[in-house]
Amino acid sequence: MLRFLLSRIGLLIPTFIGVSIVAFSFIRLLPGDPVLLMAGERGLSPERHAELLKQFGFDRPIWEQYWDYLLGILQGDLGISIVTKKPVVAEFFTLFPATVELSLCAIVLAVMIGIPIGIIAAVKRGSFFDHTVMTTALIGYSMPIFWWGLLLIILFAGILQWTPVSGRISLIYFFPPVTGFMLIDSLLSGQDGAFRSAVSHLILPTIVLATIPLAVIARQTRSAMLEVLSEDYVRTARAKGLSPFRVVSVHALRNAMIPVITTIGLQVGVLLAGAILTETIFSWPGIGKWMVESISRRDYPVVQGALLMVASIIMLVNLAVDMLYGLINPRIRYAR
Amino acid sequence: MSDTSRAETPKRSAEAEVLAEFWHYFSENRGAVIGLFVFVALVLIAIFAPLVAPHSPTQQYRDALLQPPVWADNGTATFLLGTDAVGRDILSRLIYGARFSLFIGVVVVTLSLTIGISLGLVAGYVGGKPDTFIMRVMDVILSFPSLLLALVLVAILGPGLMNAMIAIALILQPHFVRLTRAAVLSEKNRDYVTAARVAGAGPLRLMFRTILPNCMAPLIVQATLSFSNAILDAAALGFLGMGAQPPTPEWGTMLAEAREFILRAPWVVTFPGLAILITVLAINLMGDGLRDALDPKLKRS
Repeated sequence: MLRFLLSRIGLLIPTFIGVSIVAFSFIRLLPGDPVLLMAGERGLSPERHAELLKQFGFDRPIWEQYWDYLLGILQGDLGISIVTKKPVVAEFFTLFPATVELSLCAIVLAVMIGIPIGIIAAVKRGSFFDHTVMTTALIGYSMPIFWWGLLLIILFAGILQWTPVSGRISLIYFFPPVTGFMLIDSLLSGQDGAFRSAVSHLILPTIVLATIPLAVIARQTRSAMLEVLSEDYVRTARAKGLSPFRVVSVHALRNAMIPVITTIGLQVGVLLAGAILTETIFSWPGIGKWMVESISRRDYPVVQGALLMVASIIMLVNLAVDMLYGLINPRIRYAR
Repeated sequence: MSDTSRAETPKRSAEAEVLAEFWHYFSENRGAVIGLFVFVALVLIAIFAPLVAPHSPTQQYRDALLQPPVWADNGTATFLLGTDAVGRDILSRLIYGARFSLFIGVVVVTLSLTIGISLGLVAGYVGGKPDTFIMRVMDVILSFPSLLLALVLVAILGPGLMNAMIAIALILQPHFVRLTRAAVLSEKNRDYVTAARVAGAGPLRLMFRTILPNCMAPLIVQATLSFSNAILDAAALGFLGMGAQPPTPEWGTMLAEAREFILRAPWVVTFPGLAILITVLAINLMGDGLRDALDPKLKRS
């Protein structure tokens, strides 16, 4: 297992270097003077310009600049935001819990609904339920989620007035963030109705963000289940006289889950891309909205840092999924 | 279906036979046939947009701002789906928007297919260091969320439809590289390839004429998926203000312009999104049918 882990980490290093080159090149590829882009000041005097040029190191050879950038990353230095003048890393970790909270709720919703309906659809292959579920899943998979979010706002926040339009919690509640997760913080605060308010703010964004992963997981579960159900060992289990429920839930499910877990792991990228749109629609103060705003505010150090952080997180999650995969399926572990 | 074609052409060529067999499997999937019909209808609407559209997509009717659709209380038959905030006919804008979406799909798929297949062929056929290098670069592209990388690329290139298409093509092509490479690796040591090499075929001929046609099935399915992804991503970029710029009647851009009216005039928001959903759904339905028809594993069962 350790060798497997080490070989996977070995594969990650070149990818991480590639990602850092992309983030490093970003500022230098933008049209315009990089000093002005990084400083974000207008009307620089030539002396100030020269000073900043030296400070940012743009006067030195490009590989030296990259080396400095890489050393900075390893020490947790991702630059300073032009707009807020705060370190990018600090801002990232202030906003990150909001995105994690939303993404976790979305993936839990997607898994809790997607896997059961995928299994039932496979067991009742060709039935009315199967057709309905698969049609709905394909619609979900084809959904422009930014439009879906607006529709839900029109219906539930506008016409029915069941949920609020945007934000994480009603403005009447105020308490210092402890964990950064609004659901937990609102409970800890002990204020009446705070948790309720946090939940009602979370419902619509969660549904929107869960839509595509839910559709993908349901489709993948169904096809993995169908494949396993046609295996000889399942027929043997049936022939032994085991109950259909036991055959499906014990014998088939375990093997059918292997590709499904990979699919769930792959949803992390989908979730983070979806978070960009979902957070923008619902004014959810997470990293997705932060990145879009930073691009339009030309806060390029933030964009650069966020690019690196997001890619690194996806790489780490994929590594974790690989490990999990190796744990469940020994064939993978000993294959190479 | 195949019976009638047999009656018409008693001596069918091998190609026609393949096509007939393909259609047989494709037409078994009802969803795929529906998707195909919707898609053909969209293509026709896009081509004949000036003839079909009741109004110009940019004409502003100042006396009919935010007019509701015809079935609502204040709707008129002049503007079947109502008008937007500056009095433009929504139906006409949607019809012209079909042109943009299909154009985006075609350009992006062509670009990413060409680049992806070429890189994949080189990686799979040549192997060694070029292979490692190409695949590592693809890994890097795939480790970013696609929409984020597209946003950043557009920030570098500048907002606009053309740059959005280039960015989307770049983020979609690693899938083609991986598929092509995998297919080439499984094909290149087959006897027919060795035979062609012994017969004196050069590397380019081996790559493009001998091996590539036998790797087409997964690529065609992936191309359909990429077509719908391209439309979705371009609309998302338009929605975020980084794609096609107003007053272009691109569906995502229309949604962005309509956002502030969602509670006052829901129809301005509803129809462009519905157009995106129907188009993407039709293409994905076709994609499912193509996969069933081209996948030999499923054919046997």
